[in-house]
Amino acid sequence: MKRHLISAADLTRDDAVLVLDTAEEMARVADRPIKKLPTLRGRTVVNLFYEDSTRTRISFEAAAKRLSADVINFSAKGSSVSKGESLKDTALTLEAMGADAVVIRHPSSGAPHRLATSGWIKGSVVNAGDGTHEHPTQALLDAFTVRRHLAGAADGGPVPHGAPAGDGTGRDLAGRRITIVGDVLHSRVARSNVLLLNTLGAHVTLVAPPTLVPIGVESWPCEVSYDLDAVLPGSDAVMMLRVQRERMNAAFFPTEREYARRYGLDAARMAALPEHAIVMHPGPMNRGMEITAEVADSERCTAVEQVANGVSIRMAVLYLQLGGALPADSPAAAAGAPTPARTEESE
Amino acid sequence: MADTRPVPARPVLEAPDIARVLTRIAHEIVERAKGADDVVLLGIPTRGVFLARRLADRLADITGRTVPVGSLDITMYRDDLRLGPARALARTDIPGDGVDGRLVVLVDDVLFSGRTIRAALDALGDIGRPRAVQLAVLVDRGHRELPIRADYVGKNLPTSLRETVKVLVAENDGRDAVLLGTRDGAPADGPAGG
Repeated sequence: MKRHLISAADLTRDDAVLVLDTAEEMARVADRPIKKLPTLRGRTVVNLFYEDSTRTRISFEAAAKRLSADVINFSAKGSSVSKGESLKDTALTLEAMGADAVVIRHPSSGAPHRLATSGWIKGSVVNAGDGTHEHPTQALLDAFTVRRHLAGAADGGPVPHGAPAGDGTGRDLAGRRITIVGDVLHSRVARSNVLLLNTLGAHVTLVAPPTLVPIGVESWPCEVSYDLDAVLPGSDAVMMLRVQRERMNAAFFPTEREYARRYGLDAARMAALPEHAIVMHPGPMNRGMEITAEVADSERCTAVEQVANGVSIRMAVLYLQLGGALPADSPAAAAGAPTPARTEESE
Repeated sequence: MADTRPVPARPVLEAPDIARVLTRIAHEIVERAKGADDVVLLGIPTRGVFLARRLADRLADITGRTVPVGSLDITMYRDDLRLGPARALARTDIPGDGVDGRLVVLVDDVLFSGRTIRAALDALGDIGRPRAVQLAVLVDRGHRELPIRADYVGKNLPTSLRETVKVLVAENDGRDAVLLGTRDGAPADGPAGG
């Protein structure tokens, strides 16, 4: 695994499976009376948030704390950034404080890359969402949720709705058909998901109004459709994206009602999905816009579970990047090869 | 200069020996725990888990009751995590009734520095509060670096630090054996030196 996690494309198939498998073990810690591991004691994780976020920030914070890391939350509001401090000066300040990892969310695409490659800091950089570019840990937690539901049964098949999520350790998502619906243009979640799901062997279809499909989408490893009803019967999972009104500075669709009618998921559309299919949403949901309340509250909707899985995934990422002297080495782990050091303890 | 000629690893225990040793340990557990009715076996991955399952089968044969068996991964409690790349985790699987108030027998393949067992005790402390904790190992090769000893030992195997001890179990490695080699000629992994 690379030292930084900037893009979902940084992960090979083996890296991604290693993160998901590690998250599977981390998820089991949440069931214990003491939900804490001593693994990152003495390490410092800085949450550097230049953009509003509730769930991602508290998810990273909970993950770091469960691993016993020290957490420093830095939000642009009310900090020196509002006095005009540059990213570089903030980074140098964090480096001087001894940050071992910086989790960064930034409204500008590419800010985490700049932070990771400029030599300002020595620690790992984790992208927690940059502009309309990428959000790799969201893609990982989505893939984790998909795997637990669609590849979680003992035979590698789907788990029935309402049953506890399964355990797909060691598996990828080969052959699963995943449909991502909505505001792809402004969605960093969509881009990261297309890349990661493709790496894991899934077949991704984007469905959106033509105005909300980004330029250059033909180079993405996915298909594009404008007709939701045609795609739903062949989907194992459908991921509804939030319509990001705060990023919309033009008229991308005539009215919200028309958007909801053509691209929103209601009960009738959900009934067109195969029996085992799940409905996902990265949150926060606009009920009545891209998803109706009836669908959001059904047992096929995994939105709440995705939040819980987010903590496990972020624990896995922080552990794999900070747990050792170097980031984890995936090929040995992916081959299931027991490390010789297990018997030779002194190594 | 170290002798760099490869020396094939030599078996010190073969499958029938291991079977006898595990049967003896199972009887010792029943004897020491006065019937073993509150015993929980926890194997330390990778090979300790398979040994724990075999011990559980034998305890079930002896006592006529099923004995809870699980696994306890100690990776995140190791004291040498920062000496190498982050390690992949193994499964921790605690039996349904937990460990509170029970006699936990930790099972591992080789007892060496004792650091693995130190980590296992820390991990166990985060999971519950057993009545007592005991340790069963297939091989004790000496060279302890911590004040830890085993309660049940399959074979005491005095070794030098240049030597390696490798336990093979059929479930994971295709056959049962304990191999003694030297660091220079030891098989990297697997029974190459047979």
